[in-house]
Amino acid sequence: MYDVLVIGGGVVGGLILRELTKYRLRVALVEKEDDVSMGQSRANSGIVHAGYDAAVGTLKAKFNLIGNRMMPSLAKDLGVKYVNNGSLVVAFSKEEIETLYELKSRGEQNGVAGLQVIDRTELLKLEPNISEEAVGALLAPTGGIVCPYELTIASIGNAMDNGAELFCGFDVCGIERAQDGFTVQSVSGQEIQAKVLINCAGIGGGKIASLLGDSIIVKGRRGQYILLDRESGDLVKHTLFFTPTKKGKGILVSPTVDGNIILGPTAEEIEDDNVETTSIGLENVTAGAKKMCKNVPLYNTITSFAGTRAYTDKHDFILEESEASPNAIHCLGIESPGLTASPAIAKYVVEELVSKHFELVKNEDFQPIRKPDYFFKNLSLEEKNEMIQKDPSYGKIVCRCEQITEGEIVRAVRENPPARNIDAVKRRTRAGMGRCQGGFCQPYVAELIARELQIPLEQVTKSGGESYLLRGKTK
Amino acid sequence: MKKKYDIVIIGGGPAGLAAAISAYDHGVQDVLILEREENLGGILNQCIHNGFGLTRFKESLTGPEYAWRFIDGVRERKIETLVSTTVLSVSRDKQVTAINERDGVFTIQAKAIVLAMGCRERSKGALNVAGTRPAGLYSAGTAQKYVNMKGYLPGQKVVILGSGDIGLIMARRMTLEGAKVLAVCEIMPFSSGLKRNIAQCLDDFNIPLYLNHTITKIEGKERVTGVVISKVDENKRPIVGTQRYIECDTVLFSVGLIPENELTKSAGVPLSLKTKGAIVYQNRETLIDGIFACGNVLQVHDLVDFVSEEAETAGVGAAEYVLYGNREKDVIDCKNGQNVSYVLPQKIDRNQKGIVKLYFRVTNTFKNCVIKLKSGEKVLTERKKRIAVPGEMESFLLTEELLAAVNGEIELSLEC
Repeated sequence: MYDVLVIGGGVVGGLILRELTKYRLRVALVEKEDDVSMGQSRANSGIVHAGYDAAVGTLKAKFNLIGNRMMPSLAKDLGVKYVNNGSLVVAFSKEEIETLYELKSRGEQNGVAGLQVIDRTELLKLEPNISEEAVGALLAPTGGIVCPYELTIASIGNAMDNGAELFCGFDVCGIERAQDGFTVQSVSGQEIQAKVLINCAGIGGGKIASLLGDSIIVKGRRGQYILLDRESGDLVKHTLFFTPTKKGKGILVSPTVDGNIILGPTAEEIEDDNVETTSIGLENVTAGAKKMCKNVPLYNTITSFAGTRAYTDKHDFILEESEASPNAIHCLGIESPGLTASPAIAKYVVEELVSKHFELVKNEDFQPIRKPDYFFKNLSLEEKNEMIQKDPSYGKIVCRCEQITEGEIVRAVRENPPARNIDAVKRRTRAGMGRCQGGFCQPYVAELIARELQIPLEQVTKSGGESYLLRGKTK
Repeated sequence: MKKKYDIVIIGGGPAGLAAAISAYDHGVQDVLILEREENLGGILNQCIHNGFGLTRFKESLTGPEYAWRFIDGVRERKIETLVSTTVLSVSRDKQVTAINERDGVFTIQAKAIVLAMGCRERSKGALNVAGTRPAGLYSAGTAQKYVNMKGYLPGQKVVILGSGDIGLIMARRMTLEGAKVLAVCEIMPFSSGLKRNIAQCLDDFNIPLYLNHTITKIEGKERVTGVVISKVDENKRPIVGTQRYIECDTVLFSVGLIPENELTKSAGVPLSLKTKGAIVYQNRETLIDGIFACGNVLQVHDLVDFVSEEAETAGVGAAEYVLYGNREKDVIDCKNGQNVSYVLPQKIDRNQKGIVKLYFRVTNTFKNCVIKLKSGEKVLTERKKRIAVPGEMESFLLTEELLAAVNGEIELSLEC
């Protein structure tokens, strides 16, 4: 019997799991996919919002601000890349400048520091590639960027290093309530018992809520993105947003922490977790980017993809106890600025909600620092050679585009949370994330996974399930 | 290990091997080849089909056989090689930083460098094809590696996008391994592959080639389950109403090769926007003294025979640079004119003796046309051409007398 079981291995579930390991609790997380960070936390913009967007007085506004302040040190502890690059909300008309002042005032009420409306001359100094049509911008110096899957993987890995357990491929299909807790059942017939459940199932959160006897409708919105090569990484320095309209925030243009440029997302209502890209969607992304910037180097596109964002009609975070099932907590509708808010949400959920069920006793052994730094290429020459001397596999480059070594790939398969497929290795190490998109390294990565997991090469998958890479041996 | 060499060659594929041999034979024996794979030979090792060497050796060799002729040449001369070693960066002052399991990260000072890193395939990701991203999407070269090097079949029902040579070769290879190749789609009105490959790899196996067609959607959640193909108009836009669904479990992409010039850029070597390789003189010296480039890292060749030829030129150039140092140049710029997508070399140094072979590609399929070499308005020479296609590299020989008459720059064009 676990004290707390988190359902859903996204950034919210992951950070809650980590927060729980700070106390003397027996905790676990179940995730329906073969790896963590497979839903909303896999494909989103990766923005650490400053906090001027959310309406005053909402949970979004509150946790955005706190999360924004927590992110730099959290990222440092977890060995996750975070860059405080600042955000710009760009105006293309006098009317939009008016809106910027409204945003500034709202941001100030929310507690956001340093907001400033700048004119075209100033804007051009900050962003030389900005559109000729841009007339000014709201500068939010506390805006930043972080990698959503890196943060999720690192928080779950750190939680596991601190004693949490992870069950992947656990697709919850039933929850039985008993006096002292729950029995959670999976499609494959496994069962886990826990005293307290935390529903962080993202787009699947509505289903979990109904299994608990509550009626919360969670809907999905699809966002399509285009990613540009690092070679074009100097297109913009800040995260550039359009001035929000009734239709939404529109396409953003931003650097990523890995030095790429991300363009997107679209916003399309979808029925399920369909993450197909469409030609119209991708055209909208490129049109938006071209409106924002001059000379968008679309010829340097590396890949395009789509992700989902879960939301509820409340349009604010739902962080509350289940009505029908005492001892269950819902964390749902975590739409933008959910990634930014996630560290603050985790702290709140554990300190204010979980604390109602347990006396929280500090875990003196909790180790907040996640080691080692996952990126060999960022080490100094001396550190590199020291590592190669200890383990020569760090001297073997497997992914040539991102310069990722065999040692890092092996480590990704061995360490918490273990990578079991090509995409899982990619998210942890960046092998296959570069301009050739795994064309050269995939066969090597597949062989390393097969070797480490002691499975035949035919059993290696791209991303779990039936996504086998190969169809058998040659004649 | 030794930290100084006269010539460091980056890449042990066909270009690097030929450059090493020719530099050695031209009088510079202190040569080191750095190769990232475990074996020398480069991409030839996975090209087990024949047809290599017809121009150079007048016989049809497989890729590994062709490579062996040069690997033997390197061994006979006892040229130093370091395999399983990846070069991380090259500096303007000719320092090469590399990494391997035995020596860690180390730096070598060279007097001259030959860049011979080859090219990579354009990836599916670069195309913005709509749909999902399941397992079963491979570049043709990756599939070739799985089949020929690892002994595994990537899929059974295959659609190929792009009719580049690797795609055509893999259509045949997958068929021979028992897979069914259902279609090859080519967005252009012509194939970029060699004519002989269309005949031998598609026609002989009744594999349909759909010109002016592209894949407009990929379906399947975990593994590919099918694709939608559509006819395209003259602007390469899909034509509504021409969609057709093909059930398949694999899509191979053979949509172009890109010279792999990351190291070239790290050294600050200026590149040509047209070839995506370095701008070079006829001896394949780049605009940085003592740094040379040859083979597919410089321009994507159709035949390895021409890679070897170009690499030998670069090897001689590098050896002369080591032996005689930097020499004064008398430069003519070479431009591509009407209907010509690029010319190479982009610069000719008149102080270098001998005939210059000017390589070029045309932008479309042309019949009964005239290749004209002009300097300003003056036509220097011309040659009739019955048929020219983008898929086959053309060349034009420039004699010293002809170059002597040039003032500043020349332009090569194709007129119909």
